[in-house]
Order: sequence, then structure tokens, then C-alpha cells
Amino acid sequence: MPELIVYGIVLGSIIALGSVGLTLIWGITDLFNCAHGDQMTVGAYIALVVGSLFSRVGFLQGKVGPFSFNWGLLVAFIPAILISAGLAILIDRWVYKPLRRWGATSIVGFIASIGVAWALRGLIYILWGADYHFYFHGIRPMLFLPLGIKVRVDEIFIMVVAWAAVVAVYLFLARTKTGKALRAVADNPALARVAGIGTERMIVWAWAIAGALIAIAGMLYGIETQLRPEMGWIFLLPLFAAIILGGQGSITGALVGGLVMGIAQQVSTAWLLPSYKPAVAFILMVLVLLIRPQGIFGRR
Amino acid sequence: MGIEIGGILSFLVSFAIMASIYAIFSLGLNVQWGYTGLLNFGIAGFFAIGAYASALITTPRPTGVLADYVDQAIGLNQPFLVGVIGAAIASGLLAALIGLLTLRLRGSYLAISTIGIAESIRLFFNNEPWLANGPEGLSGLPQPLHGLVSPRYYNYIYLVIVLAFLALIYIALERGIRSPWGRVLRAIREDEVMASADGKDVFLFELQSLVVGAMIMGIAGALYAHFSVAIQPGVFTPLFGTFIIWTMLTLGGTGNNKGAILGAFLVWALWSWSTFFINRIVPPGFATRAPFIRYILIGLVLVIVLLRRPRGIIGEERQVSRF
Repeated sequence: MPELIVYGIVLGSIIALGSVGLTLIWGITDLFNCAHGDQMTVGAYIALVVGSLFSRVGFLQGKVGPFSFNWGLLVAFIPAILISAGLAILIDRWVYKPLRRWGATSIVGFIASIGVAWALRGLIYILWGADYHFYFHGIRPMLFLPLGIKVRVDEIFIMVVAWAAVVAVYLFLARTKTGKALRAVADNPALARVAGIGTERMIVWAWAIAGALIAIAGMLYGIETQLRPEMGWIFLLPLFAAIILGGQGSITGALVGGLVMGIAQQVSTAWLLPSYKPAVAFILMVLVLLIRPQGIFGRR
Repeated sequence: MGIEIGGILSFLVSFAIMASIYAIFSLGLNVQWGYTGLLNFGIAGFFAIGAYASALITTPRPTGVLADYVDQAIGLNQPFLVGVIGAAIASGLLAALIGLLTLRLRGSYLAISTIGIAESIRLFFNNEPWLANGPEGLSGLPQPLHGLVSPRYYNYIYLVIVLAFLALIYIALERGIRSPWGRVLRAIREDEVMASADGKDVFLFELQSLVVGAMIMGIAGALYAHFSVAIQPGVFTPLFGTFIIWTMLTLGGTGNNKGAILGAFLVWALWSWSTFFINRIVPPGFATRAPFIRYILIGLVLVIVLLRRPRGIIGEERQVSRF
């Protein structure tokens, strides 16, 4: 059991990281972005391509410390994050911004995001095929902790990077002027507009952050397991469950929700088949919706 | 030459059967989303329940050697029509249960919940082999009037059966939607609070709409099952079972039954015919990936219609009651 909880924290860290951007978009534009999971897949695959390019460079071929992956992949994180953020901004400009402009309801945006999700997944299938891909091959070093817990060394890296990224975004939102304006828009768009904050510019920022964080989540999940075209879709239900548990637009709520969903999914495997994991997240989410629809940290 | 024309004809017949089955799904969704504004993104769940219900009703329990390979909790060995009716009832019951739990939720919450329910249903059929043989699924479903003509021409008969169901459902819906009941549904879609202020029990009408739509979807699921003769949980995926139908209704015209049918035929044509063109233009080594271009096509059609023509091709007409 303690082992399952540790695995749950690893998985929950990735879900928490992915859900921050999702709840930010939800808070600011009222949109449930169904393509978020597939944007995660895109981020992971970009890192695969860029990483294998970098790995041809001599001094990037060595493994990073005790971890399974090489420097090429680690350096590839940066372009992958930037491309994913740029893609998120472009998707918003081409799809959701026109919808906002003619005052479509958030439900129309929700349906459109499903179209975006399929287009992205089709692209991944065409470029990389349906087969599994791996960032690296060979054995993965293990770490033996007390209580008989075995974790992979990579999982320490995953947790450190995930929470470092979360802290960075948190500091950005708490300390910088742009970050404060973003939170103001998320809290009350109408009031923020009256205060002279450019809502559309803040929405671009929100998409950039969401794109960057989901790319990191995708790459970390790729390190944890493997890359496959459906990996993001599988993540979507836990991501939605996490932000609904946390409450609309609440970063703290999304982080807590993500951890809860990760732990619940892994611990459930003690009694249920592992393939039921997405269903566990979903049933928790419905329970939250029925008992406390505004979420734990929700404002309404 | 004669064979080629025969081949094209039989392709067209199976195309028309599948398109008509999808048209029935699209009509069911139109009741829920088009007329009442309920976001059902779990069509695949009702699809699966309808198909499995009919399969379990119409096939016998496996005996002898077959029993070693096929697990099936129920096997009633009843005729096709009983299966279809059972599919409608099972799907309607599931909808009533889901509605009682989730209709309190608004908009996107309902959508996400229904996605989750459909995925859970698929996982359940996949992981519980005692019920309906797990991932292998069930096969050997009976086809109505099968002895009438040689198997080569059987699809013509099945097309007539499917078209009859489509016509019946279309006529029933056209009447229903112009009745006082249909007016209440549209009133709820436009303004729930107003409908409620006019003394209509919004929850009850929404529940009825959800159940009626789901029963139609259950019938379509059964028609699919008996057409393909074999079903597996892998069929009822979110794309094939849910989102393609949303694209159909959105393209054809939300809130218009003719549009729902038109959209189904157009999108299914795009889906099933595009493979010919795609296979012709892509290099040979690429053939296994080429079909996924259709994912992009379906996604882009949905987004472009929402951006350029949100009413769809036909769109909703002003509905006036007939006296």
C-alpha cells in the first residue's frame, strides 16, 4: 500500500502539473478544453523528435547523472515547451478567439475543442504511427526506500521537475504584474476589464502557460512510461476530475485535485484491474459534482 | 466489368446501411441536444448498451465446445425484433438512471460526465468477461429474414429494414417535436427559467428527452450489431461511437431532423470514401497511417462548421404547430 501511494504521488504530480493550465483557461474563458490531453501528447512527441536530433550531437549523448535519459532529451525540453506554448496560442487565435468574438457560449467552444483534439491526434497518428515510442531503451535504475518501497530514479526527477514548474508558475502569478493581472481576469473578467486590463492579452498568456505546462507533463509522462497517440486522451478524464475537484480557476485546487486523482487511481489497483483507472477518476469526479459542484476551493 | 459494377453496388448498399444507422443515432442526439439542449457526449455508451442488449437477447447461450471459449451471462435466443425492443428499453433505462444522477449538472459538466459514463461502460464490457465475453465480444448474431435470398444479396433486405426504422423514427419525431411536448423541450432549451416559470417541470421534460433520445440510440446500436453480426467493446470508442455523430448533427443542422439525416450521410461518405482517395495519393509504405487522415478531416469539419456556419447546412426552421 505505501508503494501504491508513492506511485500515486508520482502520477498525481503529473496530473497536477497538467491541470494548472487547464483550470487557468477554464477560469479565464469558461472553456473546458477537451484538446488539452492531445496537446500533452503533441508536447511529448515534439520532445521525442527534437531529443533524437540533439542526441546526434556528441556531448549530448551521455546519460544525465543516474537517470535513464540522455542530455539530448533534457535539452529538448526547452524547444518542446516553446513549440507547445506557441501551438496553444495559435489554436486559441484560430478557433476560440473567433468564437469568443461572436459571443458563442462556452459550450460551443467545448464542442470545437473536441474537433481540435481529433485533428491533433490524427496528426500524431500520421506522423508517428500507432506504435509505442520510447525516449530511451534499456534498464531503468531503481531506488530502494524504507517500507519496501521501490521507485525508479527517474520518478524522483519527474516529481522534482513537476513541482519546480508548478512553483515557477505560482511565483509568476503571485509576484509579477502580468501574473496578478491574469489572476484578476480569472477571478472576475468584467471587473478586470473595467480596471483597464486587456482581457485578450491575458488569454494569450493563459494559453501560453497552459501549453508550456502540458508539454512538460507530457514529457514527464513519456519518461515514466512510453509515448502512444492515446496517452493524452487517457489523461483527460483525470485532468478534468482534478480541476472540477479543485474548483473553477483555482490553482491550489487543481494541485490538490491532481494529487488526489493520482493517488486514488493507483491505490484503486489494489482491488480493481488497472484498466479501470480512468473510471476511478471519473467516478470520484461525479461524486464531487453531486456533493459539492463548486469544488473544494471553488468560488461559486 | 459486371463484377466491378456488382462490387460498387454492394459497397453502396453497405454504405447506405451504415449511413442510415448513423442517421438514427443523429436523430436521437437531435432530440437531446438539438431540441432540448442536453450535452450528451456519451452516445457510445448507449450504442454499446443497445448492441449488447440485442446480442444477449437474440443469441442462445453457448453450449458444448463453444461454451469453453465464449462466456455469456444471458442468452435468450429470441427473434430480432425482440432484440431491438429490448435494446431500446435497456438504453432507455440506463438513460433514466444517468439522468436522475446527472441532469442536475449544467452544460459542460453534463458533457464530461457522459463522456466518463460511456468510457466506464466500455471498460466494463472489456474487463468483465463473464457478462459478454470480454474483449473478444460476441459473434453469430442472427439476421432477420436471412433465408429469403442468397447471402450475397442479403444486404439489400437489411437496407430496407434499416430504412424502415429510419423512416418510422423520423416521422414519429417530426410529429413529437411539433406537439405541445416538443414545444416544451424547445422552450427549455431557449430559457430554462422561463419554462419553469410557465409551470413546466423542467427536470421531468429533460429526463423524458434524454430517455427518448437514448432509446433511439439503443435501436441504432441493435441495428448496427445485427448488421455487423459480431460486436466487441473496441467498437464503442469515443470517436466511432460519439464524436463522429456530433460532427454529423452539427454539419447537417442542429435542431433539424432532415439536417440530422443529411449530416449522417455526408460525414459517413467523407469517412468511408476518403480511404479510396487517400490510398491512391499516399506512398505505399505509408498505407497503415493514411486512414488517420480521417481523424483530421472529422476534427476540421467540426471546427470549421462551428466557426463558419454554426447552424449547419440546413439549420433549424421556425416550428409552427400543425392543426
